[in-house]
Amino acid sequence: MAIHTIQIYRRFERIWHWSQAVFIFTLVFTGLAIHGTHDLIDFGLAVTIHTIVALVLLVLWAFVTFWLFTTGEWRQYVPSMTAKCRGNMLTMARYYSYGIFKGEHHPYEKTMLRKHNPLQMITYLLLKIAIFPSIWISGIAYLLLSIGMVDPFGFISLGTIAIIHTIAAIAVIVFIIAHIYLLTTGHSFKEHVMPMITGDDKVDLTKDQYDYLLANEPNKVKFD
Amino acid sequence: MNQSHTYWNNMLTTACRMILLSILCYANTAFASTTDHTKLDELKGPFANGPEVTKACLACHNKAALQVNHSIHGTWEYDHPKTGQKLGKRKVINSFCGNVVSNEPRCTSCHASYGWRDMTKKPPMATDENMTDCLVCHDTTGEYTKWPTGAGHPLYKPKKKKDKTHMPPDLAKIAQNIGMPGRENCGSCHYYGGGGDNVKHGDLSSALNNPSKHVDVHMDKDGLNFTCSKCHVADEHKWAGSHYSLRATDIEGTGKPGERRNSASCESCHGLEPHPKNSVIGLKINHHTDKVACETCHIPEYAKGGVATKTYWDWSSADKSGKKGEGIEDYVQGDGKHRHGYLKHKGIFKYGEDVKPYYAWFDGQIEYTNTDRKIDPTKVVEVNMIKGSYDDPDSRIWPFKRMQGRQAYDKVNNNLVYTQVWGPKTKTAFWTNFDWQKSITTAMKKGGKPYSGEFGFVDTYMYWPTTHMVSPKEEALRCKECHAEEGRLKDVNIPYMPGTGKTKLLDLIGMLAILGTLIGVFGHAIIRRITARMRNS
Repeated sequence: MAIHTIQIYRRFERIWHWSQAVFIFTLVFTGLAIHGTHDLIDFGLAVTIHTIVALVLLVLWAFVTFWLFTTGEWRQYVPSMTAKCRGNMLTMARYYSYGIFKGEHHPYEKTMLRKHNPLQMITYLLLKIAIFPSIWISGIAYLLLSIGMVDPFGFISLGTIAIIHTIAAIAVIVFIIAHIYLLTTGHSFKEHVMPMITGDDKVDLTKDQYDYLLANEPNKVKFD
Repeated sequence: MNQSHTYWNNMLTTACRMILLSILCYANTAFASTTDHTKLDELKGPFANGPEVTKACLACHNKAALQVNHSIHGTWEYDHPKTGQKLGKRKVINSFCGNVVSNEPRCTSCHASYGWRDMTKKPPMATDENMTDCLVCHDTTGEYTKWPTGAGHPLYKPKKKKDKTHMPPDLAKIAQNIGMPGRENCGSCHYYGGGGDNVKHGDLSSALNNPSKHVDVHMDKDGLNFTCSKCHVADEHKWAGSHYSLRATDIEGTGKPGERRNSASCESCHGLEPHPKNSVIGLKINHHTDKVACETCHIPEYAKGGVATKTYWDWSSADKSGKKGEGIEDYVQGDGKHRHGYLKHKGIFKYGEDVKPYYAWFDGQIEYTNTDRKIDPTKVVEVNMIKGSYDDPDSRIWPFKRMQGRQAYDKVNNNLVYTQVWGPKTKTAFWTNFDWQKSITTAMKKGGKPYSGEFGFVDTYMYWPTTHMVSPKEEALRCKECHAEEGRLKDVNIPYMPGTGKTKLLDLIGMLAILGTLIGVFGHAIIRRITARMRNS
């Protein structure tokens, strides 16, 4: 095994990440204005932006879902129930709550098959299957109700839909705070952010893996 | 592609509407008359009185009197189709001059007939068609005036009043110059309900005779210049629009060109989706119409144009000595006119101009707390009741003028009472004798209602749906006027409305979650910093 610099985040992934980041910040800002938390933007304008950006984000997510399944990248987000995996999760938790203060090294090394550490992976999985769906399903329900489709779900009121949407939004905000903070842990802020910009990161590869990449996907291999 | 398609669609609709409107306007001028009434021998006069003019009119328009007779303008009676309650001016109580019965000649000066002096009987026009008053609605000279105490008649000979001699109108000239009713005709009664300009409705005042666009976008003298009957379309002397049973929403929408409309609603011309569909906000406010009446956003304030409306009338402070009026100043309204702050025979008044309406759910049906309804005098009594709710598909949030009053009631029977206020030659009318007991006893007896003999005063509210004085679209309410914590609809029961801060518990939990995360993160960072420093040293 040896550390190599390879392209770990493809161009589509990076565009996805950063445009999603911009959209989510815009949605949080305009959403809070609609909720009545701040007055920094005209209500009508906030509604317009919030609606359009949300729809654009839905289109992006449709592409992302397609991409995840066609490329097999979805496997990155599936936890394995092996003892090792559970152990890794505990190791990460121990690191963030103890080891980090002792100056220990970040215990997780990226591999081709796991570019996120176990805690990251489980968080993103939670986002993908719980938080984001609850925000976009409630958002679409809200839009449908407010364009006159009376009670698309029959049993649920506009107020309940709004509450679900707000709770999910709070979860997203909490995620953003933790997400940004965690960039400062480990090596350095820059080292965490740069891979998402350039796509390149240091990954532990076996000789076979490295040879495979050299032979079949040479453009993924970076030579320092 | 789709966007521009919608855009062109909208442009096309607008163009069609404009063409239609010009045809209608042209058609209306053409409709003005096919007869030059100045050339008719029958109208040469001279006429000794109003009924003689009417006789001349009816010689040709032989169904007109019958039609007026059967309209609410003729009967002053209204059988409510939903509640079954008998309403109309003959029956209802209000918080202004109270009631018609026992005050006839003064009140019936606004009846479209001559000589109705007894409210317990049908108007004389019911049996004698010549007693119908054609001129009050059809005069175009502006010279025809019903004398305030003439039971519907104008003056027939000069009359001196307060050093001023009032001349009788020239009936022959007026008869030769009749036409379709203008704003002044309707206004001569409807502006002055309650005893003065804009006293009663709040959205109907003499400011509508020559209004600016700001005062009324449809009546704008330099713009559309609508008459009342442009919306209150008439057929056989019956008009669209009722304030006892109105359409809180008109889901039938527009009629075909030239088609008679039964409802004087905004929707009957503008349809159900009047806002441009090429923007999110346009779509959004089109779908507000399932909960919000057009008037709510498009009449942000009433009593515009410099004429104030009465907002408070305390009859209990009326007193011969006038002591209760000491120190109360007149109200000077926008056009410079003084309005009484106190009159000893009427009591204390308050006024408002450019007033923000009161908002409530409304299904269009109004019930009155007439003498036959029990009241709870420990609470503010609603002289008329508006009802509706969020869950009712026929209800919309509506703007109202909410009149505050303090008026007489029967302390034993717990009901509002009739009062006789006018009657200069009587020994019982309040304005002459300042004796409530006599006033109430006489009025209740005349109205055929029981009275215990004990009266008191009770605080009242009365609701007037605000439908006129529609503002130009630039002045329509912005979102924030309602979507805010202290917004205009804060007292209206709405389960959820964004921006109103009603999800207090959720907001608290959210705030704690976010703050908790921030504190956790900063705490973590500080411990990292401290432990790193300890390791380095």
